[in-house]
Amino acid sequence: MKKNEKKQEWRFAVANKEALIGCGLVIINFVWWYGFAYGLGSKPPEEYTYVLGFPAWIFFSLILGTLVMFFLVFLVVKFLLTDIPLEDEEESNEEDEVMNL
Amino acid sequence: MKWGVITPLLILLAIVFVVGMWSSRKLDKSEGFLSDYFLGSREFGGLLLAMTMVATYASASSFLGGPGAAYSIGFGWVLLAMTQVATGYFVLLILGKKFAIIARRYNAITFIDFLKERYKSTAVVLISAVSIIVFLFSAMAAQWVGGAYLIQSLTGVSYIGALFIFTIAVLIYVIVGGFRAVVVTDAVQGIIMLVGTLLLLVGVIIAGGGLSNLFADLTAINPNLISPFGADGNLTAAYVSSYWILVGVGVVALPQIAVRAMSYKDSKSMHRAILIGTVVVGTIMLSMHLIGVFARPIMPGIEVADQVIPLIALEVLPPWLAGILLAAPLAAIMSTVDSLLLMVSSSVVKDVYINYVKPDASIKQVKSVSMGVTAIVGIVAFLLAISPPDLLIFLNLFAIGGLESAFMWPMILGLYWKYANKSGALASMVTGLGSYIAIHYYNQAYGDLLGVHTVTVPVFLSLIVFVVFSLLFKEKAYEFPTQNIRKGA
Repeated sequence: MKKNEKKQEWRFAVANKEALIGCGLVIINFVWWYGFAYGLGSKPPEEYTYVLGFPAWIFFSLILGTLVMFFLVFLVVKFLLTDIPLEDEEESNEEDEVMNL
Repeated sequence: MKWGVITPLLILLAIVFVVGMWSSRKLDKSEGFLSDYFLGSREFGGLLLAMTMVATYASASSFLGGPGAAYSIGFGWVLLAMTQVATGYFVLLILGKKFAIIARRYNAITFIDFLKERYKSTAVVLISAVSIIVFLFSAMAAQWVGGAYLIQSLTGVSYIGALFIFTIAVLIYVIVGGFRAVVVTDAVQGIIMLVGTLLLLVGVIIAGGGLSNLFADLTAINPNLISPFGADGNLTAAYVSSYWILVGVGVVALPQIAVRAMSYKDSKSMHRAILIGTVVVGTIMLSMHLIGVFARPIMPGIEVADQVIPLIALEVLPPWLAGILLAAPLAAIMSTVDSLLLMVSSSVVKDVYINYVKPDASIKQVKSVSMGVTAIVGIVAFLLAISPPDLLIFLNLFAIGGLESAFMWPMILGLYWKYANKSGALASMVTGLGSYIAIHYYNQAYGDLLGVHTVTVPVFLSLIVFVVFSLLFKEKAYEFPTQNIRKGA
């Protein structure tokens, strides 16, 4: 039972860390989105500068911002997420069955 | 009858039908009917998981209402729509592996199974079941209306006729195939949506004479169209940002999405789904809403916003290609409806019927009740959709916000806070729902409270209430079972 609990804690620690990564991603996403949209887009539309055919705020916030998120998610999936089993292992069940007897 | 447009649509329906049949044959062989009908036996891989989440989430508002709003409001609405990119990674990372592990130990098949086992409270289960049934039902009716409008505008058959075709198509494969059929057809429909959207975007940019032409034309119509503040200049940063809660992070609490977060096979599937889901949802949302804005200079004067996408597709593309493209919004609607339908009927069957009406029902009874309830729910939605309310998108958003206000914290704190208990959950759900409905009517009468979307205040209120009540009626710290609850004790 002790061993079992330790294993549970280990997997939950991984899950908790990944949930925090999710929060981190959302914050980066929001700051980038908000910063470029209202940082570059708040002046009158006549004064906009254009990047690759798009007004700068649209290019940086909407188009580049989306691509940056794709890339960040790629990095997170590739390097930060851990492959853990989702099923509980059989041996721990056997232990418990012995205990229940 | 426009056969060039109708043929691709018929092919889509045929594919969907075949998939439903194929899935039902698998259903016969599987051992646990409930777990397979409502959850597909937890065996979905990365691509299927990503596509079913995207397709469930992307609905009539993504393909009709949203781009229509972008058409009349301009880039401010595109900015607002892009808050949805977060759904691609956030749901799976936040509910994450912990939800998947716990759901297995609890033998949870529905979203409510989790709440039931975590809080052990009949009141929590009943309130959840009722709010799922009521809110998802209204969301579903809105989609039903959208689907029928779309079929009507494409084929020229009457609204009732279109509604009938739509109902039959959806009912057949949901009733026969269950969750597996829904997920597999979602994947097919997700791919159609992705490809269709990209083709239409290219078509629109070419028809508009290139980007610089389009932006020059938009500025000539109204310079505010290319600003983040909307055509009238009254789309505030606070209001647009509050959509991060409604259609960004709040999506975690939608039962039809959360249930998918416990249906995957292993960690690898989840990792792949995060990447695929983010890319697909980001691409579809960005492209659809760009199409909506760019349609403005090409076809000025469209009055019914929901018709922007069908009309622009028929305008800029040859009919057969338009037919394929317009299968995309139909696919989006069908894939949302099928999931909602299954969610509503699983709440009725699993959470109410088996829990409280007939706990010792035989497999055969459960089978026929499941299919019967699914059919009845579908038929009632059909009847309600006959004289539909006008504002598709708002009816849909009403349901989404209501569910988020109710379930956000019972779900998240239930997973991550050991002092979360039934008093907190119950108080939080009642507060969330009550304040959502109250603020909804306040906002309709007096304008948005604090200048933000209705969902914002209830989400914070229900958090505070949750924590206060959990500590006030404190129970000892909750420990998740260390093994499957059927094997333990």
